[in-house]
Amino acid sequence: MEKVLMKGNEAIGAAAIRGGCAYFFGYPITPQNEIPEYMSRELPKVGGVFLQAESEVAAINMVYGAAGAGARVMTSSSSPGISLKQEGISYIAGAELPCVIVNMMRGGPGLGGIQPGQADYFQATRGGGNGDYRHIVYAPASIQETVDIMMEAFDTADLYRVPVLVLGDGMIGQMMEPVEFREPRKRSLPSKEWTTTGTGGSRSPNIISSLRLDPVQLEELNKRLHAKYAEIEKNETRWESYKTEDAEIVFVSYGTSSRIARNALEILRADGVKAGLIRPVTLWPFPFVAFDELGTSVRALMSVEMSMGQMVDDVRIASNGRWPVGLHGRTGGMVPVQHDVVEAARTFLREVK
Amino acid sequence: MSDHKIICAGFGGQGVMSMGRLLAYTGMLQGLEVSWLPSYGPEMRGGTANCHVIVSETPIGSPIISRDASAVIALNLPSMIKFENELVPGGQLVTNSSLITANPKRTDIEVIPIAANEEAASLGSAKSANMIMLGSYLAVSSLFSVDDVAGALQKVFGPKKADLLPPNRAALARGCEVAQSVVVR
Repeated sequence: MEKVLMKGNEAIGAAAIRGGCAYFFGYPITPQNEIPEYMSRELPKVGGVFLQAESEVAAINMVYGAAGAGARVMTSSSSPGISLKQEGISYIAGAELPCVIVNMMRGGPGLGGIQPGQADYFQATRGGGNGDYRHIVYAPASIQETVDIMMEAFDTADLYRVPVLVLGDGMIGQMMEPVEFREPRKRSLPSKEWTTTGTGGSRSPNIISSLRLDPVQLEELNKRLHAKYAEIEKNETRWESYKTEDAEIVFVSYGTSSRIARNALEILRADGVKAGLIRPVTLWPFPFVAFDELGTSVRALMSVEMSMGQMVDDVRIASNGRWPVGLHGRTGGMVPVQHDVVEAARTFLREVK
Repeated sequence: MSDHKIICAGFGGQGVMSMGRLLAYTGMLQGLEVSWLPSYGPEMRGGTANCHVIVSETPIGSPIISRDASAVIALNLPSMIKFENELVPGGQLVTNSSLITANPKRTDIEVIPIAANEEAASLGSAKSANMIMLGSYLAVSSLFSVDDVAGALQKVFGPKKADLLPPNRAALARGCEVAQSVVVR
């Protein structure tokens, strides 16, 4: 298929529709407004429904309802809006429903600003809502990868009956790159026998709820959920290891900041410092196994992220004491600068000597 | 081909975003890797606008241009002041001399002053100053030919707006011509 030049936000909309999304519920917020704008224009053309809700809380509960009826449904927002949706996401996880949520992160906390950020890592990977739940978190680093992930996100959600979060940031949303819409791998999906679409008088009613007052039952649900999460960890963990074979310092970085880390890596290599990169594509499940593949050349790890240090916690867990772990973080809408990353890496390598 | 890293900047309404997008689009049609990163903020209309465009033969890392711009196309004074320091030594600064009379601080760069507003007006389309500037950049960078960019424009406009192509093409060609005469010295 021919390549087209698209803004990240519009590409998300286009890929979602190609991935079978038929319902979109959302509430406007910068820097992701081109997603609802695109969906409001394009979804009706394919017989879908776009609805601007009265609030983020309403939108996520509309997603809950549509998912319960078996629809392919999504919502999108940016950081403070995603915070408002957390209760609904926890309910959806508890009710074991599939849906896709897009967070185009901006600087926080609170209303923060509208420039790109990555400070929702804890919220995304630890669960911003209550309870023992997890959901898949994809962190694409290019518009092509965003499209590829969006096109299969609905399948993945349906396969495991879990919410899937696509975590970008203002830069991924606003920038343009060439994309190609490629058919994702076919997955065999279970039929949706659990939907509340009417019994037709021929079966007992399906019930969708996250309320389970009997602790025995509730513990059983949690055990089932966690067996499913273990399955997801086994099958869906994704990452890219780049030039790690001979690296003495390995950057760990995702999304937008991974692109800056990659530039820093090339600058360092041109100057004789062997740098490598582990780029998690799924933040949950986190690619711990990528670190077990590192060789003896590695002397240090350094997390590069747009936060004061959130993913770095997972890098420390992954390191498990094997390597010193450094951090270069910018936050509040500031994006790391490649020369600063280079300098941070040099300084850290001197410190750990 | 080494990477071309271009910052297009001016105030809102001068067409710097579409100029950058056209460069990226042309690159894509030539089978090259491209990225287009806009500034975005609450102060669009009349405020400053800029975009970072990278054209490369290899996959693009950071779409942000940071002290490694090969060219800055500045349509107004604040843009020149803000971005001249992003240029590499020997980098090209194409300035709209209709609005920028001050000299840049840098002395290790190539400056190409183009009276884009006057040139556009002489062609009878004041709004095509951005295409004059883009044409000038094409002349000094040899990144693409006027035909390459006009080909991309034809795709952008499609049959419905085909009448917009000739004046834009003329502005690109005029910018190219003017820059060639400026560069000879």
